[in-house]
Amino acid sequence: MDSLVSAASVIAAGLSIGLAAIGPGIGQGQAAGAAVEGIARQPEAENQIRGTLLLSLAFMEALTIYGLVVALSLLFANPFTS
Amino acid sequence: MYFFNLLNTPLFISSGVEVGVHYYWNIAGINVHGQVFIVMWFVIMFLIAASILGTSKLERIPKGWQNFMEFFLEFSQEIAKNQIGESFYRPWVPFISTLFLFILGCNWAGAIIPWKLLELPEGELAAPTNDINTTIALSLLVSLCYFFGGLRKKGLGYFKRYVQPTPILLPINILEDFTKPLSLSFRLFGNVLADELTVTVLTILVPLIIPLPIMILGLFAGSVQALIFSTLAAAYIAEALE
Repeated sequence: MDSLVSAASVIAAGLSIGLAAIGPGIGQGQAAGAAVEGIARQPEAENQIRGTLLLSLAFMEALTIYGLVVALSLLFANPFTS
Repeated sequence: MYFFNLLNTPLFISSGVEVGVHYYWNIAGINVHGQVFIVMWFVIMFLIAASILGTSKLERIPKGWQNFMEFFLEFSQEIAKNQIGESFYRPWVPFISTLFLFILGCNWAGAIIPWKLLELPEGELAAPTNDINTTIALSLLVSLCYFFGGLRKKGLGYFKRYVQPTPILLPINILEDFTKPLSLSFRLFGNVLADELTVTVLTILVPLIIPLPIMILGLFAGSVQALIFSTLAAAYIAEALE
């Protein structure tokens, strides 16, 4: 295997997961902060808020997972090395 | 497709992490991934057994298996009802609850049962949902279902929604039909595979105790992913029906 291609693939895999984690990280932080605020204001709505929060967190996490899929396919199923 | 075939060529594999190694069965000239089928059949058997146990002796005051299955039914009914709405949700409950229970069963079967004790000639037994073919099949099923639902409800008038609100959005609306199954399948596949990889890597580094919290997180993530997949399927169906 070409060592340049493998080096580029590994760097790209690291970058793809790292960069993909930035945006969802910020988004998840904001969502969690807003949820905490909501619970502090209305403690009786805690269960409902928790459910919605978990669902939306999982949606945001999906964005990172796309980066992860790219990273995994670069590491384990690299189309440029065959 | 290109991507699927390439999953068979492991390149930078370190010890113990087996991604893209499969136990092939050749059935009528088609290579299928045997390890996925074995675990999947196990999950299906378990679900069928649970359903039979839950419905064999119906009582007015449920207990034991009946109680357990009624709890799950109510939960998945609630998913369908919240998305599709009171008046149309009933015919879609079987589909949505099957998706939910099957994905939950698959994720937890991979996380809870110590499959490593069974040796396969190639590959390893794990959650069936960590194979992208499984998740793509499930999400294409969802696509078929919402097309079917929309066409049955509105006839050919269903295709009017592609030019709404303006015909300029036509390409985006068509593109959406492709991105929906893509994002559904990648989300499930990536999450399950990521959980298993994290546990495997941590187990290689520190075999004792340390991976336990990650395993519990994996169980939690598995159930959340099952919930999300079925919620989104219900939301797409609702969108086609409205």
